[in-house]
Amino acid sequence: MSGSVPQPAGPGVPSPVDPVAPLDRTGGYLGPDTHAAVVAASRATPAQWRRLLRRPTFLVGAGIVLFWVVCAIFGHLIAPYNPLAQQLLSANTAPSSAHWFGTDPLGRDVLSRVITGARDILIVTPLATILGTVLGTILGLAMAYFGGAFDLISGRIVEAVLALPLVIIAFLFIVALGPSVGTLIVVVGLVFTPLIARTVRAAVLVERHQDYVSASRLLGENSARVMFGEILPNVMPAILVEFTVRLGYAVFALATLSFLGFGIQPPTPDWGADIAANYTGLLAGYWWQTLFPALAIASLVTAVTLIADSIEQVLSS
Amino acid sequence: MALFLLRRLGLMILTLWILSLIVFFAGQILPSDPGRIILGNLASPSSVQALDHKLGVDRPLLTRYLSWLGGLLHGDFGTSYTYQSAVEPFVRAALINSVKLAVLAFVIVVPLGIIGGVVAALYAGRGADRVISVTGLSLSSVPEFVSGIVVIVIFGIALKVLPVTASAGAGAGAFNQFRHLILPAIPLVFVLFGYIARMARAGTIEALNSDYARTAVLKGLPRRTVIRRHVLRNSLLPTITVIATQTGYLIGGLVVVETLFNYQGLGNLIFKAAQAKDFAMLEAGVLVIGVVYVLATLAADLLLTLLNPRLRIGGTE
Repeated sequence: MSGSVPQPAGPGVPSPVDPVAPLDRTGGYLGPDTHAAVVAASRATPAQWRRLLRRPTFLVGAGIVLFWVVCAIFGHLIAPYNPLAQQLLSANTAPSSAHWFGTDPLGRDVLSRVITGARDILIVTPLATILGTVLGTILGLAMAYFGGAFDLISGRIVEAVLALPLVIIAFLFIVALGPSVGTLIVVVGLVFTPLIARTVRAAVLVERHQDYVSASRLLGENSARVMFGEILPNVMPAILVEFTVRLGYAVFALATLSFLGFGIQPPTPDWGADIAANYTGLLAGYWWQTLFPALAIASLVTAVTLIADSIEQVLSS
Repeated sequence: MALFLLRRLGLMILTLWILSLIVFFAGQILPSDPGRIILGNLASPSSVQALDHKLGVDRPLLTRYLSWLGGLLHGDFGTSYTYQSAVEPFVRAALINSVKLAVLAFVIVVPLGIIGGVVAALYAGRGADRVISVTGLSLSSVPEFVSGIVVIVIFGIALKVLPVTASAGAGAGAFNQFRHLILPAIPLVFVLFGYIARMARAGTIEALNSDYARTAVLKGLPRRTVIRRHVLRNSLLPTITVIATQTGYLIGGLVVVETLFNYQGLGNLIFKAAQAKDFAMLEAGVLVIGVVYVLATLAADLLLTLLNPRLRIGGTE
């Protein structure tokens, strides 16, 4: 990305008018998320972390996520049955003492599938979000720091990708590449890159004209060092908020993709795919096959959203 | 102002062009070949080759891109591999259906979200605020396919008050069509409510804390007048932007909702095209979505600029 970009304006030289700045002020180009992120762009302190740990919403969210992480790691040990074992004689049985959450049309234990279903979604979504955050941070830093034609052109690419919902872009690439775990991570990560770049860019634009940036330039530090050594630590809180918000969205999107048949593939236990396979059973009254995976998805997304919200509140207060 | 408009239009055309590149080349990484998909596995290699030649897919990439782009500019979206006929009528019909559903969802959610956000802001930190904020947060965390299934079960199956399919059938009256669209609109309303209420709340709180609101209170205006005349006028501006940027999300949500309710809209069209690997259809559908999003963002920018004199001046500098 940084191969053929224009050199930054030297210190003391009035910085060139930002090509997309008029649009930024309208909020139309940068969108709604950046507002909070810019507010949050101040260094996190130990006091803030203590306040975070005292917030009930954070503790509830963290507790639920921890629960699903344990299920993802030790699920095969905790689950009462093998999630793939079919017992056709006890298909579609209602919740009982033997099967707490009942069984599905193939006689598989729903509780075991819900517990082990945490695994793939908790592998794909954090890795995809990390990939998107790293790439998006680099791109956003470079866009805001170098400005000029590089910012203008990257900005158009970012906006072109933003014009398409994640699910739709994922369709294009997953149809072409096949729905493997690796493909899902790369596709979701690449879709997140422009979203995160947009937020990081807005946060860096605030920092770019601070005295410490000019000072480090005067000291003769090169662009990479100014960007990653000086500016990056100061926009970390904004990136952290963005990361947690995107993580919640990744869970949401991956569950949706699985439901549509473009995510985790059966027979691997997965909440979205299990709902897709069983929701027609609702007509016959088999509510447990759909309800429990649905609650699992909703609880995980809500938990991540609560964490994101608490971090944002603490950092911006 | 004229300069600002021209600039904005120029940037929009650049974005659309990049979008066409992304969509076209995503289609080209598909490893399989269209002639083989149409004719099936039993066809001889020579007849596959002949069909490929007829479809023009054996030409060089750049030639194909230019002829595809040239066709688009003349309103020719290509030929569907599945239906063996022009893509354009399918996309047009689907777009009209999706617009109906999206408009209904917006008509319900925009007033609800704004009222919810303003009420939450007026009672910030108290019970009503907590209830509205937590409800909004939780509702936007539930994927559409989950809330869609829940409303189908409650209103369609248990209470039998509303139809569970979205299409009223040919020749149905406007009211009948509207009745069929209520259930599909609810999941979209759920997800959007949280976002819109959050933006309206943030905007209102900012306006309440502003100097002009304090001045209005101190000069003795009744609270009701202050809120109506000074606070709301300023707080609703950012909400307009958030509504426009959610158009992109809305279409992603449509994929799920239209599939779940079997509604012949753009989302369903893209989903089926992705399943059938009908790339001409998929590309056309995705491109139309991108265009709709870019136009919605442009409209929001212009509206915001017209409503806010400060931005109008800022935008022409």
